[in-house]
Amino acid sequence: MTSDGNVPTAAGPAPAKQYIRKMPADWWLKKPAYTRYMVREMTCLFVGGYAMFLLMLIARLDKPEEFAALLANPVAIALQLIALPMAIYHSVTWFNLTPKVLVIWRGEEKVPGILIAGAHYAGWLAVSAGLVYFAISGGADG
Amino acid sequence: MARSNEPAFWSLFSAGGMVAAFLIPAAIVITALLVPAGKIDAENLRLTLGHPIARLLLLAMVSLPLFHWAHRFRFALVDLGLKKAKLPIAILFYGTALGSTICAAYLLLPPIFG
Repeated sequence: MTSDGNVPTAAGPAPAKQYIRKMPADWWLKKPAYTRYMVREMTCLFVGGYAMFLLMLIARLDKPEEFAALLANPVAIALQLIALPMAIYHSVTWFNLTPKVLVIWRGEEKVPGILIAGAHYAGWLAVSAGLVYFAISGGADG
Repeated sequence: MARSNEPAFWSLFSAGGMVAAFLIPAAIVITALLVPAGKIDAENLRLTLGHPIARLLLLAMVSLPLFHWAHRFRFALVDLGLKKAKLPIAILFYGTALGSTICAAYLLLPPIFG
C-alpha cells in the first residue's frame, strides 16, 4: 500500500490517483445529528469564555469597587446569560456520555448506564445547590 | 510508535469537562442572576471567594475548563476544515490555557501560602 496511490508499478501504468472526498465546510448543517454534535463541541467556547471571566474577577479580588463593577457590567451580564444555556447543554451532554466512558461492574453485572448518568445528575443538583448556598451564606459567616 | 502527548491533553480535557459540567451553570446563576438581582451582595461574594478553599476551587474552575476548551475547540476547527493550521492552533490554544493557569495561580495562591 502506498500513501498516495499513484506510483507506477512493474505490472502496469500508475493506478488512478487516490480519491480524497472533499468535505464541504457546511457538512455539519446537513443532518440534525451533525448539527447537535457541532453545537455540543461549540459549548466549549462558552465554558472557556466563562473561565476567562472568572479570571477577570480573580484579578479584582483585592479591589472591592472594580470587583462589584465587573459583576454589574451589563455586557458581562448579557454574555453570561447567553453562556448559561450553553453551559447547561454542556452539562447535559457530558453527563449523558458518562456511561460510555465509565463502565462499572458489580460482580458479573454491568451497572446500567442510566444509574451512572443518574448519579452524575444527582451530584450536579447537590453541588449546584451547595455552591449557591455557600455564595449566599458564606460571606455572612465571615 | 511515536510518543504522544494525547493522553495527557485528553485527561485535562476530561477533567475540565467534569469541573465545568458540575460547577459552571451554578456559578453563572450566582454571578449573572443572583448578584445583579441583589440576592447576593457583591462585597460579600468577594470576601467569600477570598477564603483558601474558594481560592483553590477558583483555580480549578479557571484552569481545567480552559484546557477543556483548548482541546475541544482545536478538534472542532479541524472538523471545520482548518487541518493545515493544526500545529499553530494547538500551540496557541494550549498555550492560552497554560498562561491563564499560571496567571490564576499567581493571583490566588500567594495569600494562602505566604
